[in-house]
Amino acid sequence: MEPLISPHPHRTGWTLSRRSFLGAAGLAGLNWLTPVSALLARAAEDIPKGEPAYSVILLWMQGGPSQLETFDPHPGTRIGGETKAIHTRAKGIQIADGLERLAEQMDCVALIRSVVSKEGDHERATMMMKTGYRPDPTTTYPSLGAIICHELPVGKTEIPRHISILPAAWPNRGGFLGAEYDAFITYDPLQKVPDVTSRVSAPRDLLRYRDMSVAEKTFAKGRGARVEETLHRHSVQSARTMMTTEQLKAFDVTLEPLSLRREYGQTPFGRACLAARRLIEVGVRCVEVTLDGWDTHAENHSLTAGRKEILDPAFSALLRDLKDRDLLRRTIVVWAGEFGRTPNINPLGGRDHWPKGFTVALAGGPIRGGIAIGATDPEGKKDPDRPVTVGDLHATILTAVGLNPRKENISPIGRPIRLAEGEPIRDLLL
Amino acid sequence: MLLRNLVFLGLVVGGIGLLTWQLFPGEIPEHAPRFNPQAVHDPDFRETVRRVDAAFRKDWEENGVVPAPRAPDLQIARRISLGLTGSIPSLQEIRQFEAHGPEDHISWWTQGLLEDRRCADYVAERLTRAYVGTEDGPFVFFRRRRFRHWISDQLLANRPYDGMVREMIAGKGLWTDNPAVNFISFTIDPPNQKGPDPDRLGARVARAFLGMRLDCAQCHDHPFQDWKQSDFQGLAAFFARTKQGFAGIYDANKGVYEAEERKSLGKYTVPPQVPYSPELRPREGTWREQLAAWVTHPENPYFAQAAVNRFWAILFGKPLVEPVDDLYAAERRPEALEILAEDFRRHGHDLRRLILLIVNTEVFQLDSAAEHELTDLHDKLWAAFPLTRLRPEQVVGSIVQASSPETIGADSHIFTQLLKFINESDFVKRYGDSNGEDEFAQGNSTIPQRLLLMNGEIVHERTRPGLFAGSTRVAMMAPTDEKAVEIAFLTVLTRRPTEEELAYYVRRIRGEIPDELLPPNEAEALKFKAQAVPERNGRLQDLYWTLINLTEFSWNH
Repeated sequence: MEPLISPHPHRTGWTLSRRSFLGAAGLAGLNWLTPVSALLARAAEDIPKGEPAYSVILLWMQGGPSQLETFDPHPGTRIGGETKAIHTRAKGIQIADGLERLAEQMDCVALIRSVVSKEGDHERATMMMKTGYRPDPTTTYPSLGAIICHELPVGKTEIPRHISILPAAWPNRGGFLGAEYDAFITYDPLQKVPDVTSRVSAPRDLLRYRDMSVAEKTFAKGRGARVEETLHRHSVQSARTMMTTEQLKAFDVTLEPLSLRREYGQTPFGRACLAARRLIEVGVRCVEVTLDGWDTHAENHSLTAGRKEILDPAFSALLRDLKDRDLLRRTIVVWAGEFGRTPNINPLGGRDHWPKGFTVALAGGPIRGGIAIGATDPEGKKDPDRPVTVGDLHATILTAVGLNPRKENISPIGRPIRLAEGEPIRDLLL
Repeated sequence: MLLRNLVFLGLVVGGIGLLTWQLFPGEIPEHAPRFNPQAVHDPDFRETVRRVDAAFRKDWEENGVVPAPRAPDLQIARRISLGLTGSIPSLQEIRQFEAHGPEDHISWWTQGLLEDRRCADYVAERLTRAYVGTEDGPFVFFRRRRFRHWISDQLLANRPYDGMVREMIAGKGLWTDNPAVNFISFTIDPPNQKGPDPDRLGARVARAFLGMRLDCAQCHDHPFQDWKQSDFQGLAAFFARTKQGFAGIYDANKGVYEAEERKSLGKYTVPPQVPYSPELRPREGTWREQLAAWVTHPENPYFAQAAVNRFWAILFGKPLVEPVDDLYAAERRPEALEILAEDFRRHGHDLRRLILLIVNTEVFQLDSAAEHELTDLHDKLWAAFPLTRLRPEQVVGSIVQASSPETIGADSHIFTQLLKFINESDFVKRYGDSNGEDEFAQGNSTIPQRLLLMNGEIVHERTRPGLFAGSTRVAMMAPTDEKAVEIAFLTVLTRRPTEEELAYYVRRIRGEIPDELLPPNEAEALKFKAQAVPERNGRLQDLYWTLINLTEFSWNH
């Protein structure tokens, strides 16, 4: 009897013979597991200035970080609170105190201080920022990372190309592009990567897969291509490949020197940023790293200060580390949350949700560093100068990874949907 | 002092006794469904089933398609159980089903489930998604659980569907007090939207209750349908006087819907107006009451069709017309949709009757496999039961159920229920549910899903021989190895093993290894064997693990 599931994890077997259209669409998402060549990643190491980046790291500030306490301080004004401004390595650009280490890296960072969105609820705003579209009950839009994985070719990567570390309530997802583009979810890198280790000995595991083939054969009988179209057995095979790949080590930050781990900060977020760097080194396209706790409706100043103690070392070490390894040229780092916070300070010393002018920071790839565009009103009354929509922001990042934001994908109901609604901000691109 | 010691001792003994009783109940409560044969023997009921069958047969004949044969009874029972309770049948239920004998067994089985709180709760969650989506919603103004529980109560009482919908559209009061109004209060979104949002409500009513996507007409005339922007605005305008105050949701006497002229940005007023059949709209009552009456009017063709399409999807895992909430756009609406809708209207929007009708149709009882080749045309014309990926709740529900010989649900003891709750929530998050609201959109199997079932906590815990892995326990106590394999197949796959499977897995339970896996070198072979073959308990665990990881387990068939 011929086993339907090969006991040898590296011998991928079946071809999709009939009705392969559906199958091929699904397979595109599985390609990250097919051991292809190392070509792409190698080539990307020598890209000249202004060339598209290869990967994106999204530092996701869940809760909505205050722009006034981070990258857009207005000290000495009614709305400024107790926050002071400090000078940075970028001429003429000041950021909030508590971000002293980051100030040293600001020469490679571009700030957009005038992002405007239309969503003021955490969930809806998170969807809007991550997908670039307002939530719509009839269409589940894919997150930026899913779009990038869908559009860009597959490298030599055998682990998921889209990863979310320390996800909060709404991690990146594939939306209408398919569940295979959802971010692979993992937690503090000090813990083992969930579910990739077999719970039994290798020979016993092998025997279990052999056992599956007998009953799989029964089910396949009379169902033929219908069973292949489920991609179930293919996924089992690919999952096994992932369980044995050396690339899993990219998740393990304990392989890095202690001094470097200290520089990122001995926090889950710091470790996750370090893991993100290791992951993009093996060709992962998009890593999302979440720092939660920015929803400061009360005690905004002290709560934000606590977040900055975690953010400052991690973000700055990530930029420095990427730069030193010459990886920053092929990596875009995005710092963003779902919205900003009100200019007015409420009676509890907090700031509330504010989608009408907040900051997003970008660095790396063809992004021009050391600049800031847009400005919020120091009185907190008028709309920001040079408003930038979430669609424009997405278009800029997509352009920076070499994609045309005007390209359209077809949603399941046959509606053409652009990769991003906006236009790239040319000033931000080299 | 002595007395206090005695009291303490009494408490301890009593407590231990209570715990033991909770953990090991003496008797398994019998699941004895009441059966009303009248409901399915009624000539009118038979006639509707016959007409549906005839409609599909006509399609097959015209297209030269030979349908799949009838599915085995247990397979049909499994589908019904998955559709209505979100999990596979327990060993206990399988025994009851088989003991009942072949007469009316499908209807008997379905009616039993319909009286079960498990079914009401599960179907209520499906409907909740359709009515308010998957978002958490505004924390202060929305009580999702209460809303779902209300729907579950309505289903258990078999309340007519039109009445239920009218209450959602036109209900008043506090969302904590009158759960139906959560449908309205869900759209409050401060600070942007201080009261209920007419636009979102208008779009939602059209989609959830009429199977009509007017959303696209919100900003412009629909690009490839007949809907105009004014249709959308007219529908939304019914909610212009819906306000939120101290007493919850109420209807104000004043208020108009204002639309914006796109070019000049000037505002103009739009009166409430239905997109078609204006004669069905009553002139009395609040605007919302008028809308509710129009939507649920027996002569409004889309209301009943939308309900039929959704319940069809719940039972088949795939709607009769795709997507589930866009009937109007479909190239082709099978005749069965209107036959069932017409019956639904004539019988007072009776959901239980509708469900019984669907499971009694020939197409529901067809196999998903056939001796002849099944093509795309078979899928399109429902000439074979569709293969659809189970929802995460169905997968976890089935894993939990497979590990217990008794039925887990409303009347099983509290401890198991708690366990069920904890396990489900974490699992669903990791398994992923990326389709959002369109839960019937078809997806493939993904790698994280496979990893979760192969190596994750829940399958490991559930198959490990021990206190809560009841099925492994039962298999362990089986008189013969053959019986042990049969029990494993019944509890996990709801079928008996084939001869070939029986022979293979019995050998495996006895510790044998297929030759081709053994290294040729004898010493190495011995070593491999020592590592690959655990104690008998472990081998039973391997069998359960194997069955749970099959395509057959994770896909409805």
